[in-house]
Amino acid sequence: MHKPIFALNRDSITGGVYQSTRHDSGHKHVAGEAFYIDDMPEPAGLLHAALGLSHCAHGLITGMDLSAVTTSPGVEAVLTVDDIPGVNDVSPSNHHDDPIFPEKRVMFYGQPLFAVIARTRNEARLAAAKAKITYQQEPPVLTIAEARKAGMDYVAEPMSLNRGDVETAMAASPHRIKRSMNLGGQEHFYLESHIALAIPGEDGDITLYSSTQHPSEIQHSVAHVLGVPSNAVTVEIRRMGGAFGGKETQGNIFAAIAALGARKTGQAVKLRPDRDDDMVATGKRHDFVIDYEVGFDDEGHILAVDIVFAARCGFSADLSGPVTDRALFHADNAYFYPHVRLNAQPWRTHTVSNTAFRGFGGPQGVIGAERMIEEIAYALGKDPLEIRKLNFYGEKGNLTPYHQTVESDLSAEIIAKLEASCDYQARRAAIREENARENAKGGLFRRGIALTPVKFGISFTNSWQNQAGALVNVYADGSVSVNHGGTEMGQGLYIKVAQVVAQAFQIDLDMVKITPTTTAKIPNTSPTAASSGTDLNGMAALNACNNIKERLVAFACDKFQVPEDQIEFLPGRVRVGNREIEWPDFVKEAYSNRIHLSSSGFYRTPDIHWDRKAGRGRAFYYYSYGAAASEVTVDTLTGEYRVERVDILHDVGASLNPAIDIGQIEGGFVQGMGWLTTEELWWDAKGRLRTHAPSTYKIPVASDRPRIFNIELLNKPNHMPSIHRSKAVGEPPLVLPISVLHALSDAVASVADYKIFPNLDAPATPERVLFAIEALRAKAQDQEGHGHG
Amino acid sequence: MIMRRTIKFLLNDRMQTLEGFDPTLTLLDWLRNECRLTGTKEGCAEGDCGACSVLVGRLRNGELRYEAINACIRFVAMLDGCHVVTVEHLKKRSGGLHPVQQAMVELHGSQCGFCTPGIVMSLTALWLGHDTAPSRERIEEALAGNLCRCTGYGPIVAALGRAYEIEAPSADRLAVERADVARKLGLIADRQVVEISDGERTLFAPATSDQLADLVASHPDATIVAGATDVGLWITKMLMRPAKVIALGRVSELDRIEDKGDRLVIGALASLRDAREALGALDPQIDEMLRRFGSEQVRNAGTVGGNVANGSPIGDTPPLLIALDASVTLRRGTERRTVPLEKFFIAYKKQDRQPGDFVEEISVPKPKPGALLHVSKISKRFDEDISSVCGVFRLERDAGGKVTEAVLAFGGMAATPKRAAAAEAALLGKVFDRASAEAAAEALATDFTPLDDWRASARYRATVAANLIRRFQAETAAGAVHRVAGILQSDAHA
Repeated sequence: MHKPIFALNRDSITGGVYQSTRHDSGHKHVAGEAFYIDDMPEPAGLLHAALGLSHCAHGLITGMDLSAVTTSPGVEAVLTVDDIPGVNDVSPSNHHDDPIFPEKRVMFYGQPLFAVIARTRNEARLAAAKAKITYQQEPPVLTIAEARKAGMDYVAEPMSLNRGDVETAMAASPHRIKRSMNLGGQEHFYLESHIALAIPGEDGDITLYSSTQHPSEIQHSVAHVLGVPSNAVTVEIRRMGGAFGGKETQGNIFAAIAALGARKTGQAVKLRPDRDDDMVATGKRHDFVIDYEVGFDDEGHILAVDIVFAARCGFSADLSGPVTDRALFHADNAYFYPHVRLNAQPWRTHTVSNTAFRGFGGPQGVIGAERMIEEIAYALGKDPLEIRKLNFYGEKGNLTPYHQTVESDLSAEIIAKLEASCDYQARRAAIREENARENAKGGLFRRGIALTPVKFGISFTNSWQNQAGALVNVYADGSVSVNHGGTEMGQGLYIKVAQVVAQAFQIDLDMVKITPTTTAKIPNTSPTAASSGTDLNGMAALNACNNIKERLVAFACDKFQVPEDQIEFLPGRVRVGNREIEWPDFVKEAYSNRIHLSSSGFYRTPDIHWDRKAGRGRAFYYYSYGAAASEVTVDTLTGEYRVERVDILHDVGASLNPAIDIGQIEGGFVQGMGWLTTEELWWDAKGRLRTHAPSTYKIPVASDRPRIFNIELLNKPNHMPSIHRSKAVGEPPLVLPISVLHALSDAVASVADYKIFPNLDAPATPERVLFAIEALRAKAQDQEGHGHG
Repeated sequence: MIMRRTIKFLLNDRMQTLEGFDPTLTLLDWLRNECRLTGTKEGCAEGDCGACSVLVGRLRNGELRYEAINACIRFVAMLDGCHVVTVEHLKKRSGGLHPVQQAMVELHGSQCGFCTPGIVMSLTALWLGHDTAPSRERIEEALAGNLCRCTGYGPIVAALGRAYEIEAPSADRLAVERADVARKLGLIADRQVVEISDGERTLFAPATSDQLADLVASHPDATIVAGATDVGLWITKMLMRPAKVIALGRVSELDRIEDKGDRLVIGALASLRDAREALGALDPQIDEMLRRFGSEQVRNAGTVGGNVANGSPIGDTPPLLIALDASVTLRRGTERRTVPLEKFFIAYKKQDRQPGDFVEEISVPKPKPGALLHVSKISKRFDEDISSVCGVFRLERDAGGKVTEAVLAFGGMAATPKRAAAAEAALLGKVFDRASAEAAAEALATDFTPLDDWRASARYRATVAANLIRRFQAETAAGAVHRVAGILQSDAHA
C-alpha cells in the first residue's frame, strides 16, 4: 500500500489549489493506458450495434424491407420503432420531438431509422447497409433563408430582450446602418466518437457506460425509453475523448439504442458509430443569420441596437431554445446599448438537430456585437478598437439588455493592458504603411490586425441547473476518494476538484483518489456544461469536505479537550492544542472513535434569478473577461492566409491551476479559430452533409497555430465568492479568435484603402476571403468610375 | 508458384504467425479487437486523424526503417516481414515513461487524451530519425496527420524538444535493439507468394515483379493495392468486400527511385515520402507540394504509382507529373507499354489500364535548365487537405525569351487531371509577361468548366486557376517565390 512520507514541519502540500498540477490522467494518456469506453474489458457475449440511416432529408417512409439485414451473417436482432417498450423520445427539453426512430416521417438525411445487433461491429455495419427503404420524398427545407421563405415554425419559444425605446432612438441617430451577416455552424469533432455500452442486470436493471457530459439525463431518458423507473438505470463515465457540448444531449440516442439492444437480446450491447455516421447523425453548432441595425453618433457612441438572431436549429428543439437565448445574452458583448431590442428566431429545418457547442450561442451573439463595432468604425473612418473603448460598460450605463447590472467590469483594464503589451498601435500603423506600399506596387500580400474583447456570462440560464452534488470518503488510513456529478472530457475538472479536496484537508494530492462519475453515487446532476463544472462541483466537494472537517473538529475538541480555535488543519497534519498529529494517525483515531468519515456535499449558486418571459433578472453570477489581438497575412490572388501572431490576456479569477487554464485558453482559441476560418459544413441540395469526415471537414492542425502565440492570465481574484475566487474558463476563450476574423477583414479592407466595409462572412475560408477582396476591388473601381464620371 | 499461407511479423516484442483470416482485416481492428491492445485508437477510420498511428519497421536494402502509418487503413495481411510497434511498447522495461511520453506529461500536452497515443507515436518516429531536435516547422510537418481538438498543439510541439533533454534517441529501446530486430525480420524474408484467405476472399502478396505479373494476368479482376491509403477506405467507409486483392508491398524491385541523369524513374511501390525526396530536390515548390500531400503517415504508406493508377481528378501528383512530361510504363505478363501520363487519364476514374495491366514505373524527365516552373496547391486548410485547385506549370523559352513549350496542368478543374490547351496556346511564341499571362488567364475559361462542391465553388476554382497563372508571372518577374504559408513563406524563404 501507498505509504506517504510526512514531514511534520512542511509549510505546504503538493497539488493544492493555485498550483500548475499535471492532468490526473496525463501519464495514462501518453501510454495508451487511459480507458475510454471502447477500451474497457468486454463482457463475455458482447454484441455490437450499428445504425441504419435515412437516405432522404424529408418525406414519409413507404416501405422498410429489412429481410436482407436480418439474414446477414452474424445478425442477432434488428431494432425498430416496434421494439421500444417505453416512450419513443429522447428529447432533452420536454418538447417530445426527438424520436429514437421516426414512425413515419423522416426529418433529415442521416436520421437513424433502425439498428442492427450483430456478433461483431463489422457484421452489424455490413448488415445495416442491406436495408431497402423507400420514401415518398417531400422537398426539404435546409437553410434559414428557405425556412423563412417556406414559413417554417420555430422549434422553441423564441426569447426577446428589450430595454429603452429603440424606434425613437434609432430614428434620432445621426448614423444608421442595417445589414446582414452569415455565420456558419461547427462540427464538434471530439476525437472519440459517441459510444454506449449497455450491460443488462437483474430485475431489468441496466448499467450503461456512456460517453456523455450529462449522465443523469442519459439515465432518465433511457429509463423512459425502457419504461422503467430511473433507479433501474445506472450510468457511469470515467472520461470522454473530447465533448465540447457535443455530448451534452447527443449521447441519449446511442445509450437508448444500446439499452434497447441489451433488453432485447439479454446480452451486453455496444454501439460505437463510425465517424461518418456520428458526424451525419449528431447535431452541431448552430449557423446563424444575423440581421442587425445600429444607430450611432459622429464619435461612434452606440445609441440604438436592433438585432434578429436567426438560427438553423434542424428538425427538433434539442437545446436550441437556450442556445438562441444565450446568443441574445451575449449580443452586447462588452458594450452598453442605451436602447436595445434583440430577438431570436430558432427556425426548424430538415437538417440534423443542432445542439450545444462550447459557447452555446454566446459566440454567435458576440459576433453580432463586434460586427456592428466594425461597421461603425468603417462608417466613421476610425480604428474599430477606438469604437470598442467608447462603448464599454461604465459611466454611460451598466445595465445589460436583460437588466442585469454589470459589476466589477474588467474590459477596459484588460484592453488597456493588452493594447500596450502587444504593441497594438505601432504594429497597426506599420501594417497600414506596408499595405499602402504593397497597394502602390501591386504586391500580392496584405496584412491585417484586430484586437477584440470578450465578456462572458457564467451560470446556466436555466437557473435551476445551477446545482451540484459531491461525495467525499475519508478512509481509515487517511486516503480520500472524491466523486461528484461533473464529467471529465479533458478540461481538467477532475484534477481541479481533487486539488480543492487536497487543499481542504491539507493533504498531498496523491492521497486523493479521483473516481468515475456515476449516477449511483450522485443523483440528479446537471450537465457538465456552461463552463460551470469547477464552480459547481468544486463547491459541492468543498462542502462535503467541510462537513467531514466539522465532525473531525468536534471529535478532536471532545477527545483532546481543546477549544475549536485550537484545532488547525496544517499540511499533512492536524494541530490540536499544542501538539501536531499526522493526518493518517488523526483519521485512524477518529475512525476508532466512530466518527462518520463520509459526506455528501451540495452547492447551489446564490443570488441568481431569471424571468425569461419578462426578459429581466440576474442571469449570471459573474462574468469572465478576456481579449485577443491577432495579426494575419493574406494572399490577394488566392485568399490563402496565415495567422502570424496572437496575444491573449484572459481573466480566470485566481487560477486554480494555471497550466490547465492556459491549456483551455489555447485550445479554445484554436478551436474557435477553426470555426471562423477553415471549418465549413456543406450540405448538398438533397440535404446530405458532404463534409462528414476529417477528409472533408478541416479542423486546425499543428501548422495552423499562430506563428507567435502569447497567452497571459490576468490573475485577479473573482469579486464574487466563487471556489477559491477562481473563474470559469471552458467557453469564454472560444470567443477570442473573433479577432482573427476581424484581422482578416482588416487585411481585406486594405485593397480598397480601408474605405469600404469588407462584409466578410464566416467561416472565412480562402474562398470567402478572395471573394471579399474581389468585391472590394470591384466596388472601389466602381466608385472611382462614378467619381470621374 | 510456391504459395505460403501464413504471414509472419513482429508485434512489439512478439513474433506473430497468422493464417486464414479476413484478407482486408485492418491492423487497427486486429490490434484492438483481437490483441486487446487498446492504446491505439480509432478516430476516423480513414487515415485522416492519426489517432491510430503506429510505427512500422521494415527492411529496405538491409536497413531497418521505422515509419508512422495509420493502422486504420493498413491490412494485417500486408504486414509480412514487418515490425509493428504500438504505444504499449514505448514504456521502458522498468515501467518508466518513454522520453517523448514523459515530455508530453511535463508540458501538459494532453487534455482529453484520445489523440495522444497517436501523437506520441508520430513524435517518436520523428525523434528516432533525428539526433537533435528538429525545427518547429519539421515537427508541425510530422504532426500534420494528427488531429487534436483540445490543446491547440503548442505544448505538443514543444514536447519534442523536451524529449531530447530527457534522453538521446540512440539510447531508445528501438535503437538499441535495431540489429536484433533486423536479424529477426531478415529470417522471415523469402521469395514465396503469400496467400491469405478466409475461405471466400483472398489477398496475394507476391515477392517479385514476375510473380506479380503472373498473378495480375491470372486474376485480372483483382484489386491491386500498394499503400492502401485509398483502397483502405473502400473497406472501412464504402464497406466494399473485394474478392481478390493483390498487394505490392513485398515486391522490393518496385520500391526504387533511380536517377538516370536526365530523368527519374519511380517504381510503382516507391512511397510518396521517398518520391518527395527525389522530386523535391528538383525544385523547392515541388518539395512543398509533396510535403503537403496527405500527411506523413499517408506519405509513408501511399505511393506515386497508386496516386496515378487510381485516376483521381484531385490527386496532387498527376498535374505535377503531367507538367514534367512524365510517362507511365504498364506491364502485362511479359509485355510492357509506355504511355504519356497525360494520355493515361481518359475520363473520370477511367484510365488507360486494361485488366491484367499494372503500373510498373513512372519516368519523369527533369526540367531543362532555364525552364520556368510553378507549383501551387490551393486548399481550404494548408496542411493535410485535398486540393480544391492544383496547378503545375512548365515553360521552356528560346534565347529571345519566347515560350517554345508550355504545359499548364491542373487538378480539381475537370473530371481528370488536365492540361489547359487554350491557355497554353496563348503563351506559345510570346514572351512570358503580364500581357501574355493575362491572355492565358483569360483563355482558361474556354479550357475548363469546373464543378461546385464542398471543397470550393466553380467560381472560386475558375478565379483561382486564372490567378495562379498571374501568380506565376508575378513570381517570375520578381525572380523569387513567396507564399503566404509553409516553407515558401516569404520571410522563411527569403
